[in-house]
Amino acid sequence: MKNSLRLLALLMFTGVLPAHAALKVLATTPDWGALTREIGGERVDVYVATTALQDVHRVEAKPSLVARARSADLVVATGAELEVGWLPVLIQESGNSRIQPGAAGYFEAASALKLLEVPSKLDRAMGDIHPQGNPHVQLDPHNIAAVAHALTAKLSALEPAQTAYYAARGKDFDARWAEAIKRWETKAAPLKGESVVIMHRDQAYLCHWLGLNEVASIEPKPGVPPTASYLGQLVTKLTNAPPRLILLNAYNDAKPANWLSARVHAPAVVLPFSVGGSPEAKDLFGLFDDTIDKLLAAK
Amino acid sequence: MLSFRPVAALLALALLPAVSGAADDVGALRAELQALKNDYGARVDALEARIQQLENQPATTADVPPVPEPRVASVPNASAFNPAISLILGGSYTSTSRNPEDWNIAGFPPSGGEVGPGERSFSLGESELTFAASIDPYFSGQLTAAITGENEIEVEEAFVRTTALPDGFTAKLGRFFSGFGYLNEVHAHAWDFVDQPLVYQAMFGGQSRQDGVQVKWLAPTDLFVEFGAEVGNGDSYPTSRGTHNGLNAATLFAHVGGDAGDYTSWRLGLAWLDGDAEEREGGIADAAGAPLFQTFTGDTNTWVVDGVLKWAPSPRRQLKLQGEYLRREESGDIADGVGVLLADDYRSTQSGWYLQSVYQFAPRWRVGARYDSLDSGTPRYTLAPDGLLSSDPDRLSLMLDWNPSEFSRLRAQYDWDNARDDGESDRILRLQYVYGIGAHGAHKY
Repeated sequence: MKNSLRLLALLMFTGVLPAHAALKVLATTPDWGALTREIGGERVDVYVATTALQDVHRVEAKPSLVARARSADLVVATGAELEVGWLPVLIQESGNSRIQPGAAGYFEAASALKLLEVPSKLDRAMGDIHPQGNPHVQLDPHNIAAVAHALTAKLSALEPAQTAYYAARGKDFDARWAEAIKRWETKAAPLKGESVVIMHRDQAYLCHWLGLNEVASIEPKPGVPPTASYLGQLVTKLTNAPPRLILLNAYNDAKPANWLSARVHAPAVVLPFSVGGSPEAKDLFGLFDDTIDKLLAAK
Repeated sequence: MLSFRPVAALLALALLPAVSGAADDVGALRAELQALKNDYGARVDALEARIQQLENQPATTADVPPVPEPRVASVPNASAFNPAISLILGGSYTSTSRNPEDWNIAGFPPSGGEVGPGERSFSLGESELTFAASIDPYFSGQLTAAITGENEIEVEEAFVRTTALPDGFTAKLGRFFSGFGYLNEVHAHAWDFVDQPLVYQAMFGGQSRQDGVQVKWLAPTDLFVEFGAEVGNGDSYPTSRGTHNGLNAATLFAHVGGDAGDYTSWRLGLAWLDGDAEEREGGIADAAGAPLFQTFTGDTNTWVVDGVLKWAPSPRRQLKLQGEYLRREESGDIADGVGVLLADDYRSTQSGWYLQSVYQFAPRWRVGARYDSLDSGTPRYTLAPDGLLSSDPDRLSLMLDWNPSEFSRLRAQYDWDNARDDGESDRILRLQYVYGIGAHGAHKY
């Protein structure tokens, strides 16, 4: 009797006063999850909706995610329609007014960025295009820095009493990140101007940042898998001027890239693409370290 | 010059209190000025530090994306608030070994609605038009209208939904597909087969709809646990819209779901639909095909247990397994065509289930199989105390579809259909297309 009373008291206590009361964050990708942890530290409890081995375009609003959305204080999404196939349903089914678009608990990374490749014309005949621009923003570290600023402001706005904590962590991250960018840019300098074949438009920001020269794309149009005849044309085109590298992401099907690699004698490099996309890409720093190491090693 | 005197006097009068007051406050003013100086000094220092910091940063920081300029249209744009519009275009080619006009489900009263293999040859399917938008910070609204091949417009769903209720509650008001079962809420263009399972056709005439109110509550747990309740006018088979005030159909449902490992997700559901039927048309037929009665008035309640499991080991492969078991009990009066009571003790218990699996084996290809089975039970009443003959219709369907993109699908489905009361099977081949244009829809799990 005494024990059960004690248990009851414990249950009531933990139910009424959750320890630490960390801010619950639902991040759509591992990268935003990692960034939120960098800035939020122990004040955030982050759940990441996808892994680096998933195609974020094609994720389902599965029950586990709806349940996480229900209790989230903040959703950290990419925006620009990257998650359009599932996030709206997730938010709608969550019954959580705090995270509805427009509410304080909804954050889009794209809102802090100027996107590349904003189409001048919108027609689905052009493939999977995004009206607001290319949403695969995470592979340019300057974008990460800009999103970090906006996210610091968002976390502070949600917990005004913790502004100093978030500001301090944001500043610390900013300093470490600026230093890391310097290191990566120095290290990757030899890659500038190298010709690469990319898989999908999701490598565009990486190429833009490092000054890689995109000579072709394995997907004829965004989201459209290559046909045999298209690959044939690609081989003809690339045989005379072989690219230095063929880039693909951890979640991509390696077959077309390997097929092309064997024919045009250029190495196919599997890049982590997101945090968790390779054993080395444990966090955002690891993601860029590994991406640059892999590019340099293959070159 | 004289004229200036009064002015000067007035001025002096006006300034006098201020001057005397100022003399008293000189100390305070000085302090204030000093504070201002300090403040500005600090700000200037901060700005200088910032300039210094910016100058010290590498040249590449010029690439830092600037904060996007506000994209405000300079001209008022009346269409800027137009709802998201999406349109589904669909159609099929049907070939059956037997005349589709005599298709029925043995032992079950005809449910009306969209049942059976449809007409032979080419048919235009339903063109589904959806408008959706937020209404204000508290509600969003959606209309889905189906324009049929027979040139009719049917309102499939038209509801408003709350977006600002606290504590995991959401409410819907209007016409909506009931949260009963798994497949019931899924729109036709998102089905994995051309048609609904036989059990849905027999028990709901396709899909169960409510014109009423739905309230759902999602538990604040990491495991997905959801409860819902609906009340409506009952104007959807097997209930019917009555002549009295009040409600003719109520639904309760519960769902639980989650993940099992990195690649597997699941959901289980249990639901109950209870309602009244008033002079509902359609009776069970005898062995010769003649209806034994014409109308039913009484209680009808249906249970369902549903489950779905998805396994997605890579972005290009997915296995989906789903099944549902439905059981319906009815009791009440049956009458003939002119309203003469035939019996007041009609009772029936009917059930059915399906199990289906769809496997995406390549990025654009899916293959699927479905098995349907029904049990008509032995409905009883005074004139048939031993019960009517029971039937157990079944069907096997195989399908293959090709999805060139998220917005287009071509499908072939072949059925071995043993639904008819004569027990002879029908072989049905259907080729179907489903295309979507407009706003990118997001699908439920």
